Amino acid sequence: MSASTLFEKVWSDHVVVAETADTPAVLYIDLHIIHEVTTPQAFSVLREQELPVRRPDLTLPTMDHSTPTTPVSSFKDLAVVGDDAANQIRQMEINCDEFGLDLIGFGNAHRGIVHVIGPELGATQPGKTIVCGDSHSSTHGAFGALAFGIGTTEVGHVLATQCLLQRRPKTLSIDVGGTMPEGVSAKDLILAIIGKIGVDGGTGHVIEYRGEAISSLDMESRMTVCNMSIEAGARAGMIAPDDTTFEYLHGRPRSPQGADWDTAVERWRGLRSDNDAQFDQTVTLDASTLQPMVTFGTNPGMVIGVNDPVPDGGDDTSFRKALDYMRIESGKPMTENAVDVVFIGSCTNGRLSDIEEAARVLQGRKVADGVRMLVVPGSQQVKNEAEAKGLDRIILEAGAEWREAGCSMCIGMNGDTVPQGKLSVSTSNRNFEGRQGVGARTVLASPATAAASAVQGRVSDPRIFS
Amino acid sequence: MTGVRHISSRTVVLPTKDIDTDQIIAARFLTTTSRDGLGESLFYDLRYRADGGDNPEFPLNDPEARGCTVLVAGNNFGCGSSREHAPCALLDYGFRAIISTEIADIFRNNALKNGLVPVVVDTETHRWLLDNPGAEVNIDVQDATVALPDGRKTRFPIDGFAKHCLLEGIDQLGFLRQHMDAITNFEENRPWTP
Ligand code: SF4
Repeated sequence: MSASTLFEKVWSDHVVVAETADTPAVLYIDLHIIHEVTTPQAFSVLREQELPVRRPDLTLPTMDHSTPTTPVSSFKDLAVVGDDAANQIRQMEINCDEFGLDLIGFGNAHRGIVHVIGPELGATQPGKTIVCGDSHSSTHGAFGALAFGIGTTEVGHVLATQCLLQRRPKTLSIDVGGTMPEGVSAKDLILAIIGKIGVDGGTGHVIEYRGEAISSLDMESRMTVCNMSIEAGARAGMIAPDDTTFEYLHGRPRSPQGADWDTAVERWRGLRSDNDAQFDQTVTLDASTLQPMVTFGTNPGMVIGVNDPVPDGGDDTSFRKALDYMRIESGKPMTENAVDVVFIGSCTNGRLSDIEEAARVLQGRKVADGVRMLVVPGSQQVKNEAEAKGLDRIILEAGAEWREAGCSMCIGMNGDTVPQGKLSVSTSNRNFEGRQGVGARTVLASPATAAASAVQGRVSDPRIFS
Repeated sequence: MTGVRHISSRTVVLPTKDIDTDQIIAARFLTTTSRDGLGESLFYDLRYRADGGDNPEFPLNDPEARGCTVLVAGNNFGCGSSREHAPCALLDYGFRAIISTEIADIFRNNALKNGLVPVVVDTETHRWLLDNPGAEVNIDVQDATVALPDGRKTRFPIDGFAKHCLLEGIDQLGFLRQHMDAITNFEENRPWTP
């Protein structure tokens, strides 16, 4: 057999019916994560066609997008923002009930953002195909799974058949050598990658992140990197599973147990790309040159080092339009800009290590006057672990808000929004116009940069606090 | 989904690059549980001013744009979210095809499944279309061509299967379900189980 990439191995392992010139492949899906926003219409189709959910055991339903994150003492007190959102949440409960799905709903200690709970439960595993009606499904690729976002029609396809019709994408190797400098995190790395290849640099491709800078990352950092593959336009992002991966998964509730564990690890070890495997495209990057990164425009590719001057873009009208929307001047660094809101959270940076990173900066300091800072754990489990470490107290004492788990200000569907015209430094993944609220101006950054900016009251290099 | 064979229309031009799904339909309109009425929310924050009035500078509000079913957009249209609400909102508003130099993967997939034709053209044709808003174009799905008013024709790439489904208005779930035996067979014979 010829040499294969990680992607090719996972792909060929799941082909039920091979693709032809006229028809796409039928690809088997091992894990389907679903949430309240992109499923109602899919369940309606099942109902109309009188079809059951084929594999409830491979379907993982939760609620995260339009759920409130305001602290409550009992889930009965939960005030959902708006009748539509409340209806969507109720509909999710009805759908799961009717189709026999085990919903991780309110009050469940495992509830959280789709891409945070899959790994946490050990449901995300190397070599699996994983889909979800959410583009940041690429997160799960950090485990060497082939994971990608799908639309609602396809959610219906997977519910009904556990399969998808797919054309095989191309492969892109992003090889990151060197060691990341102190004070630079996985978020800075992926922002730098998107800055380099552009927001359409990965279109049509599955990325495999490789090289020593990648293999030395812990699992949470790998998830941050893979999470934003979609921001480079890629179908998915993957990292070869190794001992770091296996250590993370060992003993999790849905990980293989006992003798099955050893068999699984042996199989997983065989997944890495063969030495002479060929990629359709290759990009290389040196991690040792990285610095903390911040976005200045309205897409994640408009990104610079925190102390670098904002470029001017020449006569590119889209570029000018972005700077006008952001009210950012070219020629000056982003550190010149005052901050109104800081958001720590999302499936990109809402895990325990992210909250620890922010808490390290906040410890013994105060959020600047006039800045609202929201810290939203990615799952209830992250929340509990952070509280066990006393991080909530550091956050509250600094004057920030400590919330229940959910997507929150990443997408602003649950009432957590950035007011019109205000500047937000956010650890989420999209700085699109209006993403965090109508007229909101978003600067994407790492948790350390976001926390430092909250303390300083303006966009700030986090290294001043180290 | 109903079949699509020909689309003849004048174009509306949105020259901006990287128009993302949040601009196409903002997250606050996603709390719906059906597909109806999404067109009202299409490009909401660009179409309307803060006071609720129409933004006269937005190309869709140009009286000339009324009834146009082909949207010409800047490079990398539809990047961002997997929300199928985006192509559905464009369809509900009345668009039948999107022309750009690049269309984001998931958006293109979602568009095809709902009967919205994604047309990717070369930069020269694109430049001409951007410079000539309101031009009458003819899209032939069978031939996978777009014809400009001067008679020039450009081919656009489209997957054979996706084309077949578009032409015939075929529901892909039906096609998938023809493979149920193969799926069961796969499940029973795979060397490991998820
Ligand atoms: S945190 Fe943001 S990007 Fe992640 S799943 Fe939620 S809305 Fe999507």
